[in-house]
Amino acid sequence: MARETLLNIVLFALLPVTALAAFMLDEPFVITLVTKAAILALAGVGLNIALGLGGLVSFGHAAFFGLGGYAMGVLASHAQSYTPIMESPFLIEGTKSMLVIWGVAIVTGGLAALAIGALSLRTTGVYFIMITLAFGQMLYYFAISWPAYGGEDGLSIYIRNEFPGLNTLDPIQFFAIAFGVLAIVLFIASRLAKSPFGLALSAARQNAERVETVGITPFRLRLVAFVISGAITALAGALFADLNRFVSPTMFSWHTSGEIMVFVILGGVGRLFGPVAGAALYILLEHVLGGLSDFWHIYLGLLLLLVVLFARGGLIGTLAGREVAHD
Amino acid sequence: MTEPLLKLSDLKKSFGALKATDDVSLTLLPGEIHALIGPNGAGKSTLIKQIAGGLRSNSGTVEFAGRDVTPLGTVARARAGLGRTFQISSLAMEYTVLQNAVLGALGHDGGVMRFFRPVMKNRPLVDRAMAALVRVGLQDQAAKRTADLSHGQRRLLEVAVALTLEPKVLLMDEPMAGLGASGSKRLTGFLDDLRTQAPILLVEHDMDAVFALADRISVLVYGRVIATGTADEIRRDPTVREAYLGAEDAA
Repeated sequence: MARETLLNIVLFALLPVTALAAFMLDEPFVITLVTKAAILALAGVGLNIALGLGGLVSFGHAAFFGLGGYAMGVLASHAQSYTPIMESPFLIEGTKSMLVIWGVAIVTGGLAALAIGALSLRTTGVYFIMITLAFGQMLYYFAISWPAYGGEDGLSIYIRNEFPGLNTLDPIQFFAIAFGVLAIVLFIASRLAKSPFGLALSAARQNAERVETVGITPFRLRLVAFVISGAITALAGALFADLNRFVSPTMFSWHTSGEIMVFVILGGVGRLFGPVAGAALYILLEHVLGGLSDFWHIYLGLLLLLVVLFARGGLIGTLAGREVAHD
Repeated sequence: MTEPLLKLSDLKKSFGALKATDDVSLTLLPGEIHALIGPNGAGKSTLIKQIAGGLRSNSGTVEFAGRDVTPLGTVARARAGLGRTFQISSLAMEYTVLQNAVLGALGHDGGVMRFFRPVMKNRPLVDRAMAALVRVGLQDQAAKRTADLSHGQRRLLEVAVALTLEPKVLLMDEPMAGLGASGSKRLTGFLDDLRTQAPILLVEHDMDAVFALADRISVLVYGRVIATGTADEIRRDPTVREAYLGAEDAA
């Protein structure tokens, strides 16, 4: 078995094992931390499709993360206040159903990525980074200045949304939901990377001219990748909002975009489990170093610097070596 | 007389005051190798880009298989059957040799928007890719990373990827460059057979190869075609001797 496969299995098992151990030891806070790591990893898996496979350095993935969060916030807030979202021309009511909220988040994130991608993918390099950043900040300021859904203060949801057959307020059960979603999305991402689409997308990152010469348009590949990426990150946003039972414009801010990117880079750009390793490490550092010093971001910055300078493959690359080209 | 597969009419391209391509007209007939020679800076690579679609011409037309493809870009021309190899190898370096060839097969197949089934388990695509590798003799390197190939092997892989597209016409920009004597000789033999499958517009500096292979030769100097003819005609042409071959004799 390849070393990376083994490492992936260990990483994959680490989350539920930690959560279960915390459950046995009656440490609900730790379960919540692990849940947070799983959800942030999911956001990273989304970004990794654009960044790792497609080479698209999006500095605006907070846009999708926030849209997912607000999809949850808007739907659930109307449901808890028993007011419809709109009455004419047809009636749309809020909902407390997680499955419906996820669907709305995925569609909203995907459509936003389609619009943002269609415009920003005409540029490359620094311009692409700046345009995606600008779109993210646009939504951030829009959320701040829109009083209907809490404006700057955000929106609180009193009771976590419902999932058929489970008590979502129980930390371990909510963890199971988040982890289940992560597992499904990881499976989809692994198939995507090896599919004809994945082969062409990754080739377009390595050499766009080569892809054009065999009669494939890189722009279309990138746009589709961006939409899939945005939809997954939006799904993570909906789960994140549900975890906190709170949505605020912070989810849209460029800090969030940066954090999601940090998960991917720490863990290993383009590696399937890179975001999982990165998000888990991030939460661990936040918790351990954050307990030692309020200025733990300095150490995080240092670590990031070391990874970028000396371990380009991130945590996965360091432990498992260079990526084996898939057979 | 047979219809030309590729027909350039009055192609022009200037960069500022520099006329890189100045009224170039030439044809490529079925079954032939048409070599394009000329000193450095004569505009050969510019012309290749104009034909392949990467560079828009200022005026003139490119007809391909009886159809005007002037307004089309690189992707559409490739899909129409224009195969191309580059002067500097243009491959996905992180991929294995086989994956690069499968990418070509995928381009030919067109079904790139498939998201779930592993592409390397797609028998028709892999078989087509492998067949192309066998033809250029790279089958033993199939699992190697492209970045680990020698320079000469990369050139062969470029040819293999072009073959997976089953092109109607091949544009080859200095395929012999850096191959060494034996490699160059092998590729010469290979191209000799290839011409019946797809005619080749060959840009090449290796004069032994050009004179051995070419049915016709066009000489490009300062963006103009100063002569077109058989190898013998070109050898005897006084303007060519003066502009190009003479300079090489002197050197």
